[in-house]
Amino acid sequence: MKQIYVGLTGNEAVATAFKQARPHVAPAFPITPQTEMMHKFADFVADGAVDTEMILVESEHSAMSAAIGSAATGARTFTATSSAGFALMWEVVYIAASLRLPICMPVVNRALSGNINIHNDHSDAMGGRDAGWIQLWCENTQEAYDHALMCWRIAEHKDVCLPVMINYDGFIISHTSESLHILPDEDAWKFVGPKDLKTGYSLLDVDHPITVGPLDLTDYYFEHKISQIEALKRAPQHIAEVYKEFGALTGRHYSFFEEYRTDDADLVIVALGSTAGTAKDVIDAQREKGVKVGLLKIHMFRPFPAAELAKALSKAKVVGVMDKSASFGGWGGPLFNEIRSALYDLPARPKIHNWIYGLGGRDTDTKQIVALIEQLQAIAKGREAETVNLLGVRL
Amino acid sequence: MAVNLQTLSKHEDLLSGGHRACAGCTGSNILRQIMLTAGRDTVVGGATGCMEVVTTIFPYTAWKTPFIHSAFENCAATISGAETAFRALKKRGELPVPREKINFIAFGGDGGTYDIGLQSLSGAMERGHNMLYVCYDNEAYMNTGIQRSGATPFGAHTSTAPAGKVKQGKDRHRKDLTKIMVAHNIPYVAQSTPFHWKDLQMKVRKALDVDGPAFINVLMPCTVGWGFDPALGMELAKMATDCNFWPLFEVENGEYKLTYKPKADRTPIVEWLKTQVRFKHLFKPGNEGLLEEIQRWVDDEQRKLLKLCGEA
Repeated sequence: MKQIYVGLTGNEAVATAFKQARPHVAPAFPITPQTEMMHKFADFVADGAVDTEMILVESEHSAMSAAIGSAATGARTFTATSSAGFALMWEVVYIAASLRLPICMPVVNRALSGNINIHNDHSDAMGGRDAGWIQLWCENTQEAYDHALMCWRIAEHKDVCLPVMINYDGFIISHTSESLHILPDEDAWKFVGPKDLKTGYSLLDVDHPITVGPLDLTDYYFEHKISQIEALKRAPQHIAEVYKEFGALTGRHYSFFEEYRTDDADLVIVALGSTAGTAKDVIDAQREKGVKVGLLKIHMFRPFPAAELAKALSKAKVVGVMDKSASFGGWGGPLFNEIRSALYDLPARPKIHNWIYGLGGRDTDTKQIVALIEQLQAIAKGREAETVNLLGVRL
Repeated sequence: MAVNLQTLSKHEDLLSGGHRACAGCTGSNILRQIMLTAGRDTVVGGATGCMEVVTTIFPYTAWKTPFIHSAFENCAATISGAETAFRALKKRGELPVPREKINFIAFGGDGGTYDIGLQSLSGAMERGHNMLYVCYDNEAYMNTGIQRSGATPFGAHTSTAPAGKVKQGKDRHRKDLTKIMVAHNIPYVAQSTPFHWKDLQMKVRKALDVDGPAFINVLMPCTVGWGFDPALGMELAKMATDCNFWPLFEVENGEYKLTYKPKADRTPIVEWLKTQVRFKHLFKPGNEGLLEEIQRWVDDEQRKLLKLCGEA
């Protein structure tokens, strides 16, 4: 298939993909750095490139609430947010998943207040990691575009019916122009397809009325939560199918996580988002020097592919998990905790250490990653080291 | 726009019996009356609160129309999403059942409307959705145990602003939510009660017929929270109007109009206060000034309303 080679920011690329998916409804409220995604989408609507009804709400809480009301009718629905906006909608983010509504939402990752900070880290999305949404993470503009097309097929699959959060780093991805391949509109539409409005229930079917969001007491709530857990367990196989089909169509092959030069790696860095790009560059240079280091970049953080990750990391001697968020009072960051737990049952576990880095958009340059790799090397040689470490902070 | 009891009695009851409202609840009566006029082609939203809780305990529902509840403070936003989706799906010819019009009605108590849901309501009204928001105002957070709200009247005893040895219940008058809604310059705003069924039906009909948002504030006497004999709910709604505590009026495109003119020698407010346990402490010696203050406030508010209605 012929693709179009363009230069777009992450926000523009995602808006383009969403335009191609022809959503019915998009509630929107501004917050940096998500704003430009909605600006671009509003331009498409204003120019008649897509006939989506936008609801320009007065808060993120209302954005997600309106998305719930819309998606409950069967309408294809998205909104987008960042940071404090995500925190404000937290209550209804849970409800969207509980009602099994296939809403798609970019979370353009930004630090949480306070102090107020508009720059990138992952504390916003990590606060919502247990909300029942599928969480997909992107390294660059291309991946953000691709996931913004694929998310509909995943969310709306009849055996999934769950909302999907697409994470991409604020400013680093959202505001940086990169060259990427996009699909022509008609091919994108052929891939995404129309929303199946025949299966399932609609709030607008006044001839077959349903009650959505009733009160659950002790006799049913637990079972309803289990049905969400079961849906999340079913999701990976459908995500894999969508990845496969997209790969065949575009030549861009995705999996739950990407393994970069890990085949013979003694040292493996695990990371989410744009840091993976920087790490790859450093790894290439280190490989030139003979250092056996690789990277594992996670796309699918929820549901968490524990068994697959354990297998992939089983051959490493030392694993360094990079967390761009802090778990205050906890022992290490959220990604570290999940990885370490996933590896616990391995007959021979690698050493696993954690680095908290880049909070509030502190730049994570190649020197920091080199320093991290040097520490991994030292640990491999038997040097004692802290389990939880900091990277790039003044102490 | 005549409303006929005979015709109305033939309309389908869209809120089934067997729900779990308290004996003597006037809230479920308000819902039933409104749904009689709205009819089957209606999507209902409920804010967390008494009426949501008693009508939808899983696996049961009292609603014979589509109903959605998501949270406490967001009923207006939720219904605004459904209403927008109706337009979006209709535009593409994708409605699940073809309809030229569907009514969208959001219900919230005074907690969910005057207080925690005010932002969501204000936003939805300002955006101009074709929806009706109905506040069933029982003047406190009844569902959570009778806590003070922005609608609680001066002097009322509640569990968070109780009457005690040194305090005499709420020390502020209620906010005027109906006027706040008028200030949104929406096509239709009104106040009513379940006792005045004809008034209520007429207002619901008008509200559903206007092109754009509408708001109706309905007083809902609460046997538990106010402390009165469950048989007397409707009587108390009537009295609230007769003593000018809850005047009946409508505001069509900014024009105020009284829809019920109480007698010139209106009932003194103490007659209404006497009927309810929540005001009992006001009748203790030494609290005469508080009773006077309530009467002064009622008279003052009525004077302002009459002026707005061109009746002064």
